[in-house]
Amino acid sequence: MSDTAIPKVEMRNISKSFPGVLANDCVDLKLRKGEVLALLGENGAGKSTLMNVLCGLYRPDRGEIYIDGKYAEIHSPRDAQKYGIGMVHQNFKLVDSMNVLENTILGLRDEPFVPDLKRVRSRLVGLAEQYHLDVDPNASIWQLSVGEQQRVEILKLLYRNAEILILDEPTAVLTPQESHELNRVVHVMKQEGKSAIFITHKMEEVMEFSDRVMVLRKGKVVAETDTSATTPKELARMMVGRDVLFQIEKKPMTPGKVVLELSHIEALGDRGLPALKDVSFQLRAGEILGIAGVAGNGQRELAEVVTGLRRSSKGKMQIEGEDMTNKSPLEIIRRGVAHIPQDRASVGAAGDLSVASNLAMKQYRSRPLATGIFLLQKKIFEFAGRLIEKFKISTPSPKTQVKFLSGGNIQKTILAREIGAARTLMVAVYPSRGLDVGATETVRRQLVSQRDAGLGVLFFSEDLDELLQISDRVAVLFEGKIMGIFDANTVNIDHIGMLMAGMDREAGA
Amino acid sequence: MKLLFEKRKTTSVTALILVPFVSFLVSLVLTALLLAIFGANPFKTFGAMAVGAFGSSHGFAETLVKAIPLMMTGLGVAIAFKLKFWNIGAEGQLTMGGVAAAGVALFMERFLPGRSLLVGALLGGLLAGALWAGVPALLKTSLKVDETLVTLMMNYIAILYSEFLYYGPWRDPKGYGFPGSRMFSADAWLPRIMGRAHIGIWIALALAIILWVVLKRTRWGFELQIIGASQKAARYQGIAVERNIALAVMLSGALCGLAGAFEVTGISHRLQQGLSIGYGYTAIIVAWMSQLNPLAVPFVAVALAALAVGGDQVQMVMGLPAAMGVVMQGLILFPMLAGSLFTEYRLSVVRPEAKAVCPDPVEE
Repeated sequence: MSDTAIPKVEMRNISKSFPGVLANDCVDLKLRKGEVLALLGENGAGKSTLMNVLCGLYRPDRGEIYIDGKYAEIHSPRDAQKYGIGMVHQNFKLVDSMNVLENTILGLRDEPFVPDLKRVRSRLVGLAEQYHLDVDPNASIWQLSVGEQQRVEILKLLYRNAEILILDEPTAVLTPQESHELNRVVHVMKQEGKSAIFITHKMEEVMEFSDRVMVLRKGKVVAETDTSATTPKELARMMVGRDVLFQIEKKPMTPGKVVLELSHIEALGDRGLPALKDVSFQLRAGEILGIAGVAGNGQRELAEVVTGLRRSSKGKMQIEGEDMTNKSPLEIIRRGVAHIPQDRASVGAAGDLSVASNLAMKQYRSRPLATGIFLLQKKIFEFAGRLIEKFKISTPSPKTQVKFLSGGNIQKTILAREIGAARTLMVAVYPSRGLDVGATETVRRQLVSQRDAGLGVLFFSEDLDELLQISDRVAVLFEGKIMGIFDANTVNIDHIGMLMAGMDREAGA
Repeated sequence: MKLLFEKRKTTSVTALILVPFVSFLVSLVLTALLLAIFGANPFKTFGAMAVGAFGSSHGFAETLVKAIPLMMTGLGVAIAFKLKFWNIGAEGQLTMGGVAAAGVALFMERFLPGRSLLVGALLGGLLAGALWAGVPALLKTSLKVDETLVTLMMNYIAILYSEFLYYGPWRDPKGYGFPGSRMFSADAWLPRIMGRAHIGIWIALALAIILWVVLKRTRWGFELQIIGASQKAARYQGIAVERNIALAVMLSGALCGLAGAFEVTGISHRLQQGLSIGYGYTAIIVAWMSQLNPLAVPFVAVALAALAVGGDQVQMVMGLPAAMGVVMQGLILFPMLAGSLFTEYRLSVVRPEAKAVCPDPVEE
């Protein structure tokens, strides 16, 4: 790996400021040929900014970039492409209605006006074989799974002769099996002499994928080390600046009466296709039922049916023994059901309203926040002040519009409001997604304390480690079906992974 | 050193108050330039306008006459806009309100003795406006039909219908062919307070305060705020989004309808040409200039009314086209729209030394 003294990429003294924040503060980065560098940091640490500078989307306030030891002027993604730099963004940049071939050559200038698709195909198939990126070149993007789409993105970069691949939280959308496959792809790329940088805030990934790791905190490099010379715990401490508890202390469960019971629930998705098929389970008070599954397998629809936001076409739902099938959201809220929705920005919170308004949004209907038809403004601000303090929401004032808060603080606002309103059941959909270690810890703790307080918790997560750690039982959702429900203490993680991918152990083996 | 636009962390109250005033000043400057091009002395012209609008009891009364319908429709439009329901049908709702009030005043005399005829006419106008706005509201909430087009097109229906009535079945047989209904009985006349200005001004002011309280201090108002900010968030909090939008839009229409009822019972005392003269469109400017705040609406409405009345004066005193007032209205809106940038952003001065200074790279 260290056969060359000159690094493949060198970023020197990169500084980039946005209004009010210094996103990158004199960052130096070196990437050697054939090396995988993990860029670790909390939300807002400046990882994405730095990578956006490298791939030409942002221009740094100061600092230089050298490729192969030569000064590189990168003012646009096209310039970056010229230097062999390519990035797979978190939200894929693919055209849904086009097929893989068309997406591959989209935007390429050196293709003739009428592209020679035969040539493109043979080159693409060759690359796919070489790098184990199995994908049908004629398939339209919308037909592909998220994992396959990611492969298309990587193929696109390889087709453009990228030497330096930047992957922004690549495993966030993958099953464990798909993550392993990605790891294999990265290994082949290394052997071919390509270099990769990947952005992450998961320690396990750093350990699994990278040769070297660079930790960013508040825009500054706080550590840089060989991966083999460090431990997840040490990385976490460097990232957060303090010790992090990985293990949430959990008392043994003391299940009470059945809080939520679904029997043979079916529901349609947004496009009118079946999204939930014959879903049945029971959730007891004082229990956390984790729902495992790759995003888009009916999780959102399930949460919406339970909270009354989506009609079920068949089946029965009971809350505390009472039939609540297809009751309105308000009736379900009145039964003490709280919901942390998947979409925080537009469903969970109203960005244009103040923090205080957002905190009051569930309890404004009655005392102490309202009397008769009138709101009690003073009481609302007192109420908001208490929650802001209790949940350590960092906001300039209760009157600040929520849209000005960071993602973690918006989530804390939602959490504070929903926990305050939860009496029987808490439905939490990806509550820690995109949050940094500190905020994740808060969310997990709060869910466990809800359970200990005797609520039923329906917990959706894509992170299997988190799911198994928090949940008492785990159900796997695949294509709208429950593939099985297991005791979280005894289940085998690989088995869950297989079920998430739709493979039964018996049938798969 | 360089100047930089940056997004404000909080909405600035100072900016909220200053922006309309500064925009108004900027528009005065722009108008002054225009006047200078026309060869008129801007100061003299503005002076004449001010005298025309406020300088005499007659002038002031005429300013109020125009301000009342602008307040009512401005309030109506502001409520709908708060919910991001783009009601540009205030003109039609006003017209239908006028038609309905005239209908009650003309034909219900037998059932509504004495002053109850006036009350009936006003209620009729209110109801008609609400129903006229209810159509696009229902189309929007049940079938997601775009409200902008529906409200706009329904304006033409309302205006043509009113013309049909006063040219046709309702035309005063003793009116010498003049297009208009017969005059209402005096029981249906809205009491006047000064010149042609009527007690509608007190009602409009009271409504502005009531609406502010409703929007800012009641549970329903809070629900409307949430819906306006995010319909998805509102639905998720158990708020009946469709029903509330329909109700609020009908309230919007009711206010516009009442404005029309005021016009026929307070000013013309009959249904005639000149009911629809664009108040419902100017209302959009009123609503935006008030930043959708009901308490600001009366001030803005008076300012715009004064411009119109003053514009008429300019024609007489300075020999300039009366359209100058309308031009000024337009010239207000542009600085206003540009100025609203400052409520969300601020201009800050960035000094180079504020930037990070990196330590010298260590030689390896």
